Amino acid sequence: MSPLTGVPTKTPLWRDIRVLKWLFQLAVLAIFVGIIFWLYNNYQVNIQRSKIPTGLDFLDNPANFTMPGNDFNQSSPVWSAFVQGFYNTLRVSVVGILLAILIGTLVGMARLSKNFLVRTVAGAYVEVIRNLPLLVLLTFMNLAVVLQTFPRIEDAWKPLDLFVVSNRGIAIPWFEGSGITLLSVLLAALAAAVIIAWVRGKYSDRTGKPARGLLYGTTIFVLVIVGAWLALGYSWTLPLVQDRGTEGGLRLDPSFFALLVTLVVYTSSHIAEIVRGSILAVPRGQGEAADALALSGPKKMRLVILPQAFRVALPAVGNQSLNLIKNSSLGAAISYFELTQIAQITVGNGSPAVPAFTLTLLVYLSISLTTSLIINIFNRRLALVER
Amino acid sequence: MMVWFRRNLFRTWWDGVLTLVFGGLSAWVIWSLVEFIFITGRWEIIEVNLKLLLVGQFPGESLWMVEGSLIAITFWLAAALGGKPKPVEERRSWPTRIRDIIQRFGLIIGLGILLVVLAGPTESAPVALGVLVAIIVGRLVNTARHRVTWLKRVPTPLWHLVLLIAPIALISLTLMQSELSLWGGFLINFYMAIIAIVLCFPLGVLLALGRKSTLPIVRLISTTYIELIRGAPLFVLLLLAGVALEFFIPSEVAPGSVFRAVTVFTLFTAAYLAEIVRGGLQSIPKGQLEAGKALGLSTAKITFLITLPQALRNVIPAQIGQFISLFKDTTLAGAALSIVELLKVSEAVTKQDDFLGQGYIYEALTFVSLLFWVGSYVMSRESQRLEKRLGVGQR
Repeated sequence: MSPLTGVPTKTPLWRDIRVLKWLFQLAVLAIFVGIIFWLYNNYQVNIQRSKIPTGLDFLDNPANFTMPGNDFNQSSPVWSAFVQGFYNTLRVSVVGILLAILIGTLVGMARLSKNFLVRTVAGAYVEVIRNLPLLVLLTFMNLAVVLQTFPRIEDAWKPLDLFVVSNRGIAIPWFEGSGITLLSVLLAALAAAVIIAWVRGKYSDRTGKPARGLLYGTTIFVLVIVGAWLALGYSWTLPLVQDRGTEGGLRLDPSFFALLVTLVVYTSSHIAEIVRGSILAVPRGQGEAADALALSGPKKMRLVILPQAFRVALPAVGNQSLNLIKNSSLGAAISYFELTQIAQITVGNGSPAVPAFTLTLLVYLSISLTTSLIINIFNRRLALVER
Repeated sequence: MMVWFRRNLFRTWWDGVLTLVFGGLSAWVIWSLVEFIFITGRWEIIEVNLKLLLVGQFPGESLWMVEGSLIAITFWLAAALGGKPKPVEERRSWPTRIRDIIQRFGLIIGLGILLVVLAGPTESAPVALGVLVAIIVGRLVNTARHRVTWLKRVPTPLWHLVLLIAPIALISLTLMQSELSLWGGFLINFYMAIIAIVLCFPLGVLLALGRKSTLPIVRLISTTYIELIRGAPLFVLLLLAGVALEFFIPSEVAPGSVFRAVTVFTLFTAAYLAEIVRGGLQSIPKGQLEAGKALGLSTAKITFLITLPQALRNVIPAQIGQFISLFKDTTLAGAALSIVELLKVSEAVTKQDDFLGQGYIYEALTFVSLLFWVGSYVMSRESQRLEKRLGVGQR
């Protein structure tokens, strides 16, 4: 309606906001599709000119390289190399994340300690590590510490006669037998512990008696492991130096060790800051309430402060875990056979670069998406329910 | 004194144990460091190769341009990041001011002295001095900008443009004068980081706005880009740029590795920056937007005059944190694309005939760590100062 005449008027098309919005979107879409098409077109032209095969057929070709420490050999197909690389990435990531969260939490708590020395040492650790590039730390760990400072195998360090430390790697005491049995026993013990803790929780809800879930859970966990140990005749072995190598125990490659330690040190310094911030974010009244209930220092931390801090810290810690997984790709710089290194080697051995690296990226992407999905589920369950 | 000890070190018996353990640990670490730096460390490898470590194979006769642009960039940074000076009534006495200056510049002065000592009586000394003077004068100029009436009238973008003319001119001159492949050492880390930071900023802001946009197609494209890039490791992207980029562009224009690295750094950091800016945008109260609408401003004006400036200010720490990690990640370019940046050079010099197989790697890597540490630390300190000046979290 025109305000003066009362005659209905139509907004002209070139001033109608809805039309403009759609025009703008179409323009963006056109540019985007144009870029994609241009890249794809170039790819097709270049591929045809250089006669490089496309597609994933290369995965069945023989890999033509070897990896120490497993039955992968020259004639194994490329895809099995990728599987092995994926496994190695997972191995360093899972162990790394667990250790980094543990150490990061301890350092973060230490930064808030009332003890001046503890506080200062933890602060120095965080400030120094956080401001150094990961690759410099990794190079330092690999070239300077492991390969140069660790002794040759002939005069290896044997702290407590339990470990063998040399520039061929670290050997630690380990169980005998297959990894799968070990894993299933551990999982079974864990499941038993969780179930008993849950049952105790229900019991406590019903009767009002203390649940002591941790105590019961730990006991069951230990019992199951000891029982399985006795039943299956498990035993553990100590590593021993045997003509220019080690026998028994579990041997960690030098590159695995260097990568693991570096990732843990670097990530834990970041997690420490998150933990510190999260503890500070717990309202003061909570701590004071715990004091008023006369809870002891550790109890106050364990029962009141940390559970609430954990809720704040979870998304950020999850992000750091993702970063650790992605940073494990730096293993390629020190020849640890993780996914990236495998991709690099196979490309060097004649696999087509674009499909090989695209595959690698897709694997990382799916790890990232899965991890953030898990974090989001946890996060939603833990989030405060507000009115 | 005794009270302090009792309260801070020996509160309970457990505290005492901790104190002894950590005291022993820190004493051991400090002693090892002192021993390494002053007694066992063999620093001649750094002395001999200082030029190689700092600027690589860069031709000596054009070096003044790099040094000039370095000083000009420092000047710009000091003048741009200075923020408003404190109001007059908060002026402090001279002793406090001097202490302030030492606290603020102590680290930089320390680094300058260190460089001068390491360089010996060579040409690095005037450069280090120039950088120091540039920082101090830059700060003073910034103060003057908020005090002197006619300088106050200069609009901020114009002000930055004027200050940036010198560094941009010198950088382009250097680029024209020398092969990019001759660049190396810390210089290339520094320039890759600076260029990527400048380029990724507008892209990151656009992506953030795109992700918050009400237009579905724009939102979808931005979100996909951000999530895809953030799910990928930077190292793999760099490797990909190294071997696979030629397939995606016409072969006539296949760029050199430094160009590739900067492109990847820019595209990568933009995705992370977008998420940070998005967080900032979400922290702006709706009332701000509604106030803009009540004034009859257009959506673009509301965004660029009201919400975006506040959003960017609110997330300064996270932004600088991202830039710091970009600066540190420039070392990856060496491993992935064989660019002779600092880390690569430091490994290479230990393989020179004079130093091969004698375990000089500790000295070389310590020097590298020191440069990166000081760079990152200065940046994070500056960001904290900037935050305080702009009153983040106080309004």
